Amino acid sequence: MREYGPAVFLVAMLFASWEIIAWTVNLPFILPPPSGVAITFWELKKVLVFEHLPSTLAIIVIGLVISIVLGVGLAVWMCLSRTAEKAFYPIIISSQMIPTIALAPIFIMVFGYSIWSKVVVTVLITFFPITVSTFDGLKSSSKDLRELLLTMGGTKKDVFFKLQIPSAMPYFYSGLKVAVTLSVIGAAIGEWLGAQSGLGYFSRRMMTQFDGAAVFAPIVLLSAVGIGLFLIVKLLENRSLKWRKTK
Amino acid sequence: MRKPVLEFRGVSFSYGGKKQVLNQLDFAVYNREFISIIGASGSGKSTLFRLITGLEKEESGAVFLNGEKQVNRHGKTGYMPQQDLLMPWRTVVDNAALPLELSGLKKKDAVKKVMPMLAEFGLTGTEQKYPSELSGGMRQRVSFLRSILTGSNILLLDEPFSALDAITRLSMQEWLLDQWEKREKTILFITHDVNEALFLSDRIFVFQEAPVQKLQEVVVPLGRPRSLIDLNDAAVVDWKNKLIEQLRKGVTAV
Repeated sequence: MREYGPAVFLVAMLFASWEIIAWTVNLPFILPPPSGVAITFWELKKVLVFEHLPSTLAIIVIGLVISIVLGVGLAVWMCLSRTAEKAFYPIIISSQMIPTIALAPIFIMVFGYSIWSKVVVTVLITFFPITVSTFDGLKSSSKDLRELLLTMGGTKKDVFFKLQIPSAMPYFYSGLKVAVTLSVIGAAIGEWLGAQSGLGYFSRRMMTQFDGAAVFAPIVLLSAVGIGLFLIVKLLENRSLKWRKTK
Repeated sequence: MRKPVLEFRGVSFSYGGKKQVLNQLDFAVYNREFISIIGASGSGKSTLFRLITGLEKEESGAVFLNGEKQVNRHGKTGYMPQQDLLMPWRTVVDNAALPLELSGLKKKDAVKKVMPMLAEFGLTGTEQKYPSELSGGMRQRVSFLRSILTGSNILLLDEPFSALDAITRLSMQEWLLDQWEKREKTILFITHDVNEALFLSDRIFVFQEAPVQKLQEVVVPLGRPRSLIDLNDAAVVDWKNKLIEQLRKGVTAV
């Protein structure tokens, strides 16, 4: 806990100065003080936690699962086939030049206000880190170890399962950690554009009502979701990569 | 007469047709021999191992293992690389079990077979440890155990002790001789260290500059068992000086 001391202190300082500035400016509909956000959060807790959180979480979880399945699948395909690598890799990289978020309205048009328009936005933004990091991980396996497996009579399949997959695991987890934080952003933005519930939707609706504290309250919950997901991935990582802790 | 377990007949090899490494090379290694291979870097020692293990293919000539001509030699020899090359994500026992798994044994059965061997290799208590938790000497022992478990009678050791400190190295050399006798293997051992070669081997192959056409061969004038003091023997010292002289020539030629 001691190593987090400076960070905790800094955050406390930030909140304290925010509180003071907010009281001085005294425009609570634009800049609510943290205490005001906390009070609003408490008042809205039922609506936020039981109505809007579940729909946002559903988008995030479905989006992440699709991203992992598609991303890992494509990474494996590119690893096994040079043709697939040559065809997809440049496209995946250059697709990052497109402002993906700016495409979101198109998906709202295609999928309407259903959950899928938001899921597509989430997939679009989390797909890249998962695919690229997993692919790089599969490619990172040691050439010397590969040759050693061959001298032991190992097949291509052995090399893939016993060498490339384990080598890719740390990379996969790095990509996943980036993806889970992005997934929260993806879901929130998707909801801004068109939704009937969700934390992003609620925050935006409160914006139109100039209720500053109520804009912030769902953001607190969104941040908590992001942190929670990150910690879950970290936990999974520590459990499946025990060997790294000993270094 | 002992039977040859490894034989090269007129083997030529070059990298991409440009750099000729071996030119019509003939040699034979007999059952349960300990052979050291010394030579300047770049003289083709490691290439020789790559050819024996089947990682490279001969351009002409033939390689015989245990009396049979073998074209695809993967899985026929036990190779121990220079760096221990243990998989960092596998425990000691799982690392050692790797060749058994590759030969089709179920992981559980492979582990069962490895467990009693660990004690013989002085690795009791490290079964569930990861390579990063072991000392350099211990890692080399795991790597050696792994090459033994390939089940091959021919072991190829590529400078296995070069990264160890002098004291560990001495005890590992004695330990290796022990294992070699106990397990009735034939060993080919690449080294840069003339003392190590003289202490360990029956014969020493000297690699001159590439392309290698004929191996110069030294029969070590020592019986067995040996101790380090035997290295002070006049005949041995004589050979030692000659070999060092030759290696030095090789270096200046490069």
